[in-house]
Amino acid sequence: MTELPASTTRKMGLVIDLDTCVGCHACVISCKGWNTENYGAPLSDQDPYGADPSGTFLNRVHSYEVQPDQGAAQLIHFPKSCLHCEDAPCVTVCPTGASYKRTEDGIVLVNESDCIGCGLCAWACPYGARELDQAEGVMKKCTLCVDRIYNENLPEEDRVPACVRTCPAGARHFGDFADPESNVSQLTAARGGIDLMPELGTRPVNKYLPPRPKDQLEGQIDILAPLLAPVVEEPTGFLGWLDRTLGRL
Amino acid sequence: MHPAPSVILFTSLSGLGFGLLVFLGLGFPDVTGWTAFAFFVLSYLLAVGGLSASTFHLGHPERALKAFTQWKTSWLSREGWFSVAALLVLAAYGAGLVLLGTRWSLLGWLGAGLSLATLIATSMIYAQLKTVPRWHSPLTPAMFLSTGLAGGALLAGQVTAALWLLLLAGLVQVAYWITGDRALAQSGTTLASATGLGPIGRVRAFEPPHTGSNYLTREMVFVVARRHAVKLRVIALALMVVIPVLFLLLPFSHAWAALAALSHLAGVFCARWLFFAEAEHVVGLYYGRR
Ligand code: SF4
Ligand code: SF4
Repeated sequence: MTELPASTTRKMGLVIDLDTCVGCHACVISCKGWNTENYGAPLSDQDPYGADPSGTFLNRVHSYEVQPDQGAAQLIHFPKSCLHCEDAPCVTVCPTGASYKRTEDGIVLVNESDCIGCGLCAWACPYGARELDQAEGVMKKCTLCVDRIYNENLPEEDRVPACVRTCPAGARHFGDFADPESNVSQLTAARGGIDLMPELGTRPVNKYLPPRPKDQLEGQIDILAPLLAPVVEEPTGFLGWLDRTLGRL
Repeated sequence: MHPAPSVILFTSLSGLGFGLLVFLGLGFPDVTGWTAFAFFVLSYLLAVGGLSASTFHLGHPERALKAFTQWKTSWLSREGWFSVAALLVLAAYGAGLVLLGTRWSLLGWLGAGLSLATLIATSMIYAQLKTVPRWHSPLTPAMFLSTGLAGGALLAGQVTAALWLLLLAGLVQVAYWITGDRALAQSGTTLASATGLGPIGRVRAFEPPHTGSNYLTREMVFVVARRHAVKLRVIALALMVVIPVLFLLLPFSHAWAALAALSHLAGVFCARWLFFAEAEHVVGLYYGRR
């Protein structure tokens, strides 16, 4: 049903730490690896070894350069997957009821056997979190690894989304935002986690932690600096003579 | 947005078809028998042809019936209901006109109302999307409605109504273009708000996630060269409004009327191509485009 639940019991989602992400794309690979074999249709590739490869991904890492008013530019890696919005526009536009938001944990899912592949939900999502699989003709999106997080066949430490389990930098955290004591709620509060495109009113559950301020170089000259100063500024002796003579020519 | 032929055909043809059905339902022209039959065949060909074109781009057209289930929230679903209801009601009304030579006015009015609702529902599929600021405006339904009615009046041979409605459609179209050109900037969505990195400094897309294209960039990031857009707008307006109006001002003849209708249709195609091609989806910001 594409009516959104008035509220959900839990609000499961991710915190993504832009300060810590090193842009290795491991989450992209582990996401594709898990999700191509599990929930729903596989994530197809078109022309994977050819000149123009493309394919379906549920998680992609962008990189942005940010130039402050003063000082050096910063490079920030930016993983992006479905933010499991509380006011998910992708759900309400769906004509078939294939897209829905779960009342129990707030996860936004697509029931692929109902999806007609009209693509309207992908148009309605501001974040580019939905991709129509070109082989299967159905809409694919992040399931928050719904088939891992409750899966009692997996060891307990694996019952988190594949991206969270894989991230070598610990830049991705999974938990319940409805619980103010949860790891994700506390991280968001401590680090000032933000919403993406808040002006669109989607109320994303996933939060992004902005990069912390960088160290400043001013006033921190290394103690070895005097020894590293250039010794000879101007050439002397024969080279100096040559330099001066040539300069006069 | 990618200007796919299926959506251009769908919105243009079914807009024209339901526009004509509005006039037929209201009893303009007041025809029965074979003449009525010809008018109804034309309107159904346009309306049904447009609707079936819209299924070309579906990943699973065989499940299209499921699209009727979510009328409570989805404009696409409502559009399905209104169009089918309009076509059924007007089929009964048309049968009365063609076979029995009687006009069941009440049925006609109901059908005309449902056809109007179809035009609005189609436009709301686009106007509801906050992610495409150019579409997210009351001018989008105004444009679909005025264009559909102008084309309908033209096909229904209602010369005076067609003249005024064409001029109105032209005005609304121009207003849509002028406000649309400012819509993305006025929406306040930028790469800074998309990434939340604005407070640190100026944000620039440095590396896309993959070197190749993907569904999102192919479907939602389409850039028309500005000088081409201006030329196409002039062509669209000339074909859609100016030429048909000139033809209508000439002494009436069927040849002129047919040319006016053809020119109008070509203009609508051109305007609809621009409607999609010029529309900026905010996801393009993540990819550093626009
Ligand atoms: S991020 Fe996009 S796909 Fe996910 S819930 Fe929000 S609008 Fe829907
Ligand atoms: S593509 Fe599928 S899930 Fe998305 S709006 Fe269409 S039917 Fe619903």
